[in-house]
Amino acid sequence: MVTLEVRIGKLRLKNPVMAASGTFGPEYGELVDINKLGAYIAKTITLNERVGNPPPRVVDTPSGMLNAIGLENKGLDDFVKNKLPKLKNIKIPIIASIAGVNAAEFGKLAKVLSRTERIAAIEINLSCPNAPYSPRGRRACPNVQHGKRDFLIAQNESATRQIVEAARKAASLTIIAKLSPNVTDITRIAKAAEEAGADAVSLINTFIGMAVDIETKRPVLGNVTGGLSGPAIKPIALRMVRETYEKVKIPIIGIGGIMDYKDAVEFILCGASAIQVGTANFVNPRASIEIIEGVKKYMAKHKISGIKELTGALRK
Amino acid sequence: MRQLNCKIIENKKVAQRFYKMRIEAPYIARKAQAGQFVEVKCSCGTDPLLRRPLGVHRVLKNEIELLYKAVGRGTELLSKKEKGQALDVIGPLGDGFTLPGPPVSGPMPIILIAGGIGAAPLVALAESLAFSAKRIAYRKKQKTYVLIGAKTKSHILCESEFKKIGCEVKVSTEDGSKGKKCLATELLEDLLNIIRYPLNAAIYACGPVGMLKVVAKIAEWRKLPCQVSLEERMACGVGVCLGCPVKMKGNKYKMVCKDGPVFDAKEIAW
Repeated sequence: MVTLEVRIGKLRLKNPVMAASGTFGPEYGELVDINKLGAYIAKTITLNERVGNPPPRVVDTPSGMLNAIGLENKGLDDFVKNKLPKLKNIKIPIIASIAGVNAAEFGKLAKVLSRTERIAAIEINLSCPNAPYSPRGRRACPNVQHGKRDFLIAQNESATRQIVEAARKAASLTIIAKLSPNVTDITRIAKAAEEAGADAVSLINTFIGMAVDIETKRPVLGNVTGGLSGPAIKPIALRMVRETYEKVKIPIIGIGGIMDYKDAVEFILCGASAIQVGTANFVNPRASIEIIEGVKKYMAKHKISGIKELTGALRK
Repeated sequence: MRQLNCKIIENKKVAQRFYKMRIEAPYIARKAQAGQFVEVKCSCGTDPLLRRPLGVHRVLKNEIELLYKAVGRGTELLSKKEKGQALDVIGPLGDGFTLPGPPVSGPMPIILIAGGIGAAPLVALAESLAFSAKRIAYRKKQKTYVLIGAKTKSHILCESEFKKIGCEVKVSTEDGSKGKKCLATELLEDLLNIIRYPLNAAIYACGPVGMLKVVAKIAEWRKLPCQVSLEERMACGVGVCLGCPVKMKGNKYKMVCKDGPVFDAKEIAW
C-alpha cells in the first residue's frame, strides 16, 4: 500500500505536493481540482496594503522567468474578511504566507492568522527579493537597492532568528520559514530558523537577477531586478536542500524549478519531506496533479510505502 | 476556460513578420468573446518557458484564428509550427469588448482604430458587431468605420477582412506609401469632424500604448465612450501571479489578463 501522507509540524497533508505562494489560486479552479493538492499556500500578505512594483513585472529567461511583483496585496484585514471566505470550496489545508518590515508586524500577522479558523499553518516569507527587510522598519514599499541598508531577512541569521521567534511567540500553528538562496551558506540560516522555533523550512525562494533590453538599453523589469525561478534554478535548489538536510532536524519543503514528478522525487531524495510547485503552474496548470500521480507510480514501482522512506534516501 | 490540445489547421505568413494561424478548438470557438485571448505554449521544452498571450482574431465554426507578429523567441517558434501539429492552448481568457448600448437618438457611428498588430482582435469585434446588427433593431442603423495605422503599405493588416465584413476602412501609413501620410489618431480626428452624429460615436482601439493614449485623450475631450485593448508581458494569464499590471487612476493596479485586456479608457492612468 502506497501512502503519500506527510506530516509537517502539526500539519497533516494527504500528499507532499503544495502550490507555492503567489503561483496558484482558485482562478485555476476551472482547469484543476485544487482539492487534490496536499495544501494551498496563499499569496503573501502584509499588514497593510501594498500596490506592488511598476510594470513590466515578469519576463522569460532561458528555462526560467524573472518576476518583480513586489508583494502586491490588499493587506491582512482584506485577506481575512474578503479573500478567505471566497476559498470556502478549498477543503485542503490553507497555509497563509506573511511578510513584514519588522518583528512586530510579523508577530501581529501571525497572531491574527492563528485565530483565523481556516488557516492551517503559516509560512513566513523571509526571502522575497522584491521587498527587502529594512532594519529600521520604516520603508513601506522598498525596492532592492544595493549599497543601502536593506537586505532580505533570510540573508541574516540574527534577523531570521528574531522574526521566527516573534511569529513563534504569537502563533501556536505550524510555522514554516521560507528561505532565500541569495546567501553564502543557507544551512546557517536554516539552523537559526530551527533554533528560533520554526516547525519546518521551505527552500528556495528566487535568485535575484535581471534582464536587459539592448535596443532600449534599459532593464526589462520595472523594478530593475527580479527573482529568478523555474527549471534554471533546480540544480542549485537541490544542492541547498541536500546541504540543509544534513544540518537541521526539522522537515524541509523543497522548492525550485519543479516541473514534473522526476524533479519532485529528486528533491525528496535530497532530503525534502514535501515539495512546492511554483513556476510550473504558469506553464502547465495541471503540473501539480500530474506530479502527485507520478510520485505515486514511482513509489509503487520502487516498492516504497511512504514518503518518509524516500526522504533523504540519496545514495552516496 | 480550458486547457486544450488543438490541431493546427493552417499557419501562414500574411505580411512582413505577421502570421495567421487557424486551430481546431470547438470549445473556445463556442465561448470566446471579441477581445478575449488565449495563452499558447510555443516551445516543446523550457525555452521560452512561459506561454504567449494572443488575442482571438476570428471565431469560426469549430475553429479560431490567431494573428500574431513574430517578435521574439516564442512567436518565432510559433511561426515555424506546421499544419497538423498539436498546440497547447488555454482559453478563452480575460474580459473582452462590451458592445455599445442604444444611442439616445439617431444612428450610431462605431469607430475601430487599429495600430499595427492591434487589428487582430478588432476583426473579431467587427464580426460580432455585424452579427448583432442582424438581430438588434437599433444596431441596424449603426455604421462601423475602421481606421488602420501602419508603418508602410506592406505592414497594413486585415484591410480586406474589415471590408468583407462591411466596414468603411480608412488607412494611414507613416511613410505615405498608402492612404494618408499620418498616424491613425489623425484619421480619428478627421473622421470625427466629418461624420454625422459624432456625439453618438463609440470608439474601440487596440495598438501601441502611444496611440491608445492619444485616442483616449480625443475620446475624453469629446466625451465619447472609448474601450482600449492592452498588451503586457504575462505569466499565468488568469490573475494569479499579478504579473501584468496596468496603472489605473487612483494609484491602483489592475491586471491586464483578468480585469482586461479591454479597459474603459478613462479608468487608466495614462
